[in-house]
Amino acid sequence: MDDLLREFLTETNESLNVLDVELVRFERDPNNAEILANIFRLVHTIKGTCGFLGLQRLETLAHSAESLMGQFRAGRPVTGEAVTLILTTIDRIKTLLDALETDHCEPDGADHDITAALELLAETAELPAASKPVAPEIAPTATAVEPPPAPPHRTEPAAHGESERPDRIASQSIRVNVDALDHLMTMVSELVLTRNQLLEIARRGPESEFKVPLQRLSNVTAELQDGVMKTRMQPIGNAWQKLPRIVRDLATDLGRRINLELIGAETELDRQVLDLIKDPLTHMVRNCAGHGIEPAQERLAAGKPEYGAIRLAAHHQAGHIIIEIADDGRGLDTERIRAQVIARGLATEADVEKMSEAQLHRFIFSAGFTTAPEVTSISGRGVGMDVARANIDTIGGTIDVRSRRGEGTVFTIKIPLTMAIVSALIVEAGGDRFAIPQLAVIELVRVRADSEHRIDWLKDTPVLRSRNKLLPLVHLKKLLAIDPSPQIDAANGFIVVIQIGTETFGIVVDSVFQTEEIVVKPMAPTLGHITMFSGNTILGDGSVIMIIDPHGIAQALGTTSVAHAPLGAETVDEAPVAEEQTTPMLLFRAGSEQQKAVPLSLVTRLEVIDARAMETSNGQRLLQYRGQLMPLVPVNENVRVRNEGSQSFVVFSDEERSMGLLVDEIVDIVDDPVEIEVTSDRPGVLGSAVIKGQATEVIDISHFLPLAFGNRYGRIERRVTQRKVLLIDDQAFFRNLLSPIISAAGYAVTVAASAAEALDLIKNGERFDVVLTDLDMPDMTGFELAQSLRDDPLTAGVPVIGLTPVDSPDMARCARQFGARDCVAKFDRNSLISALEMSRAAVEQAA
Amino acid sequence: MLRPDNETVVEYVTAVIDRQLFGLPIAHVQDVFIPARLTRVPLAPFEVAGVLNLRGRIITVIDMRRRLGLAVRPSTASDMAIGIERGGEAYGLLVDSVGEVMRISDAIRTANPVNLDPRLAAVSAGVYQLEGELLIVLDVDRVLEFDTSTRAA
Repeated sequence: MDDLLREFLTETNESLNVLDVELVRFERDPNNAEILANIFRLVHTIKGTCGFLGLQRLETLAHSAESLMGQFRAGRPVTGEAVTLILTTIDRIKTLLDALETDHCEPDGADHDITAALELLAETAELPAASKPVAPEIAPTATAVEPPPAPPHRTEPAAHGESERPDRIASQSIRVNVDALDHLMTMVSELVLTRNQLLEIARRGPESEFKVPLQRLSNVTAELQDGVMKTRMQPIGNAWQKLPRIVRDLATDLGRRINLELIGAETELDRQVLDLIKDPLTHMVRNCAGHGIEPAQERLAAGKPEYGAIRLAAHHQAGHIIIEIADDGRGLDTERIRAQVIARGLATEADVEKMSEAQLHRFIFSAGFTTAPEVTSISGRGVGMDVARANIDTIGGTIDVRSRRGEGTVFTIKIPLTMAIVSALIVEAGGDRFAIPQLAVIELVRVRADSEHRIDWLKDTPVLRSRNKLLPLVHLKKLLAIDPSPQIDAANGFIVVIQIGTETFGIVVDSVFQTEEIVVKPMAPTLGHITMFSGNTILGDGSVIMIIDPHGIAQALGTTSVAHAPLGAETVDEAPVAEEQTTPMLLFRAGSEQQKAVPLSLVTRLEVIDARAMETSNGQRLLQYRGQLMPLVPVNENVRVRNEGSQSFVVFSDEERSMGLLVDEIVDIVDDPVEIEVTSDRPGVLGSAVIKGQATEVIDISHFLPLAFGNRYGRIERRVTQRKVLLIDDQAFFRNLLSPIISAAGYAVTVAASAAEALDLIKNGERFDVVLTDLDMPDMTGFELAQSLRDDPLTAGVPVIGLTPVDSPDMARCARQFGARDCVAKFDRNSLISALEMSRAAVEQAA
Repeated sequence: MLRPDNETVVEYVTAVIDRQLFGLPIAHVQDVFIPARLTRVPLAPFEVAGVLNLRGRIITVIDMRRRLGLAVRPSTASDMAIGIERGGEAYGLLVDSVGEVMRISDAIRTANPVNLDPRLAAVSAGVYQLEGELLIVLDVDRVLEFDTSTRAA
């Protein structure tokens, strides 16, 4: 293709995209002479260049459109009909350009249909009131804004030069073929690899004179890499250009009123990523316009503004770009989704009943899911959000939805800025090395038999007990079918903890090496079907290794079945509004059908034994367990204690002693918000809470410890020197949970529901040896309380221990303020008790 | 079929796989290399021996013995790979040994004998009757078409 023609095509395509946007703006704001002038200029340029290149059809089309535009400039009222016609003309021009690009010449044919319509419209304009305004907001152009007379039409190329938009900075930028940039990027990637190889050699070898220049080379390479990456960055607005037009056309077709708001169009991201999200974004905006926004009458009836709003916003956040697509339409139809989920067998009716709205909403991302009652040209073809999600998955992004019936829907997409170079953790399994993208890794755990991180077994499934969480584990060798049933070495192993959305799981590997910057290369087509890998790369030592795809693994584990896998659910990074506290609970049945629960953090182990192993001595059931006699106590008298077969029990440990609580059946482990709603006077029961939609008795473990050990172990003596603990927590659940634990450890506990209540107690003369406070409380936080205790000479010497939810930013702040020793996770019973002991020791020492 | 007057001569890179002589049109062959530091790919199709780094490029290596349904043997030091390129991707065909480049006239080419092993027939573009032995011409495109479903679940 000759250069002139190529230049023309690029230029014209760009102009047409601008034209689309401008026309939609113009329709809304027909009095804006500036927009009109801009449109006119664009059409005129196209016409001029076409004439110059001898492109007859294009010239005729542009000319007809220009004539009509000329009339607008002369003050003719703008109608929706006319704008539609001009848009149609532009579409035709685009079709011709496409043909021109492939065949290098204009296709045969004529455009009488369009030119005739344009001319007809131009003529009828002379007759007053001949054209009925379609859109109500269209007003006759005020004569006050008389535009300057149209310049004489010229077809000579000089017109081109004149048509420079004033806001253009043509002299500062050049057009570069995208292939050239891609090639450059590939070369830089190679350079990075070679540099890594050199560094590796230098690391192994003795000190040499190469060291300094090598360092220099390394820095230059890094800068070059940055620079080239930048050239590939494009504003996300490029992917949005067509949206105003699409929304406008949809609105016209469906008789809706829609405002499209675009925010952060200048946010930049890698061209490759941009290409991949273009279609999903378009699709989602289409969905908003087609499904989301209601017809105007319906909106008015619902008390909403007549114009529906679709808002597309993008911004950068820590190496990612966050895109939000929000509408204020009718929201997702939870009922219909529920029905579809059941009809398609994606979940059972019983499961669906237990799901929250948000969980149900996420089903819209499952394959082939649609709630559209009929297939239309806009939506309802069954290829929808699942495709959007798949596209976003491939670029390592996440998508989530929030919706409220009648109020609207918000989709949040989080994607990496670039996918070419990532930081990865190199691990080994079965003698082969693999790379795991660092982005997905939240923690690396070394397993030791005696450490706080240890591997437990739920039947045949290995899980990691890490702090208050129970993580499903899988061996990489098993996942990759290197070894179908690998031994998991409980005494010496590495676990890479991965987070996908809110799903967390651990991958067991044989060993862990370093982290390395790797250049992701796509898998060969013959290997592309392996979902466990997202690509491969060449390491510093020259060998090729596979890059693990955490999404693929999550899928293989079954943890990311769409329903239960909040796709980046809580990645709503801005202000997590009153996020509910969840507590892992062990659910079981004992004595009745009603489910019972106990906080998982208090549980040491779950066991199933042969019932015949139980012995009875002095009316007490005992079991030889790990070299000790362990007392067994039924939760209540209705528990069926078996004589043969298998018996389930839950092991609780208190320092060196253990007891087993006999139950009928272990049901599940859930991580749900727990609120004790009804407290109980019955011994052994803290109260009732709703867990997974069912009324559940929460068991009070401290009740059973004396039952198991009797008074022989002398809780009483300890109470001689009983120390007074003030426990402050605004949530009743934690007060109920913690106070029995503390009193079981031999302390006298006084509880307060707020900092103010605590201060009142002290003001009234109560004295405490230790203050245990929740940090995150309304009105007055734990930090503030601690400060005011310290400021009061009466309480200045009293140790204060802070209680935090695990992994919260408060934890770090707490550690800074109170010292790490006096900062305890709410569910870490052992640390809590030891912190109390230590505080006593400290006070005694000081005394 | 035979048109001696319009005879074309094609150059073939020859290779031996399980004692059988094969030929690849030289136009398809990028290079011949010793497959070193092969990384096996878990879950890959049976035919894929692994991937390796050849001058900064990642190459998928296909074990021709497996591909042709011949006796599989452990790799030896004398193994060679023939580099080809298809659809922008680089592949290496793992063979027992690579022989000389032969110029062969199309005149002595015959269609596949009907009783040829179906796995060989599937990738054969014809058979040449050389003096003393037969040479099977490999159809590169068909060699690369194999069931890519996962080997083990």
